[in-house]
Amino acid sequence: MRAVEPWVVGPLQTFVNESSARLALLMTASGQVIAQHGFTGALDLMAAAALGCGIVASSTEIAAQMRWPPFRILVHQGRRAAHFLAAFDTPRGRWIALVVFGRETKLGVVQVFFDRLVGELRAAAPPPPAPRREVLAADFEQELNASLRTLFGR
Amino acid sequence: MPNYQPHLDALTRIRDIRGAMVVATGDGLVVAEKLMAGVESQPLAAMAASLAGRAADLTERSGYGLPRFLQLQCADGTLLVATGGPELVLVALAGRDAPLGLARLELLRLAERLA
Repeated sequence: MRAVEPWVVGPLQTFVNESSARLALLMTASGQVIAQHGFTGALDLMAAAALGCGIVASSTEIAAQMRWPPFRILVHQGRRAAHFLAAFDTPRGRWIALVVFGRETKLGVVQVFFDRLVGELRAAAPPPPAPRREVLAADFEQELNASLRTLFGR
Repeated sequence: MPNYQPHLDALTRIRDIRGAMVVATGDGLVVAEKLMAGVESQPLAAMAASLAGRAADLTERSGYGLPRFLQLQCADGTLLVATGGPELVLVALAGRDAPLGLARLELLRLAERLA
């Protein structure tokens, strides 16, 4: 378990333990990784974050085109594993969770503990930080590298 | 889609049966339910399907095949779970005063119909 925001670790660890999820990824709506469990390579993690955000963005747009409220949860059920993708609001903005689970657990179980995770994250979230100065390209690269070091312990 | 409601009505007419559900085995989601107010269906359905799945693993490893019926006796009531074929699980919540034999019979009867 690795997290850029340390207060996320407790609730996410509980969720992973109780739901028996294989992989879990929390990110902002723009794809910045907040915490992860089970990913071993930076490339996989970044690809999963980008794809997860893309799926949520495109499905939100589909819902908008159909004049439906946005989808809350998307599930891709595979033979060996399933992907559970959900967007939710926190005091820190809109976040997205990507969970991969196998036959050792069930969608209903993941959903129940996910709802609990969202509640715990909302309760544990510290107030949003003060607005920051303008972000430069160099700062962005530095921050990205720092996040990857935190998320992979390198 | 099959209408499960008459079956659930028959189950919940039994004294002190506080609710009954048909749950999808594969994903643990509720297919049909009739529960007393205040009983949350989704966590219960998910856990019951998970329990039935684990029990099936256990009994299959023991060489006894799939379990037909589970009875979880607790301090304040009993959880009854029956398998209705490979895709459905039936769940009933019985209070302390429920006639468990009758509830079991009705649950197994329903399970046979669904199998």
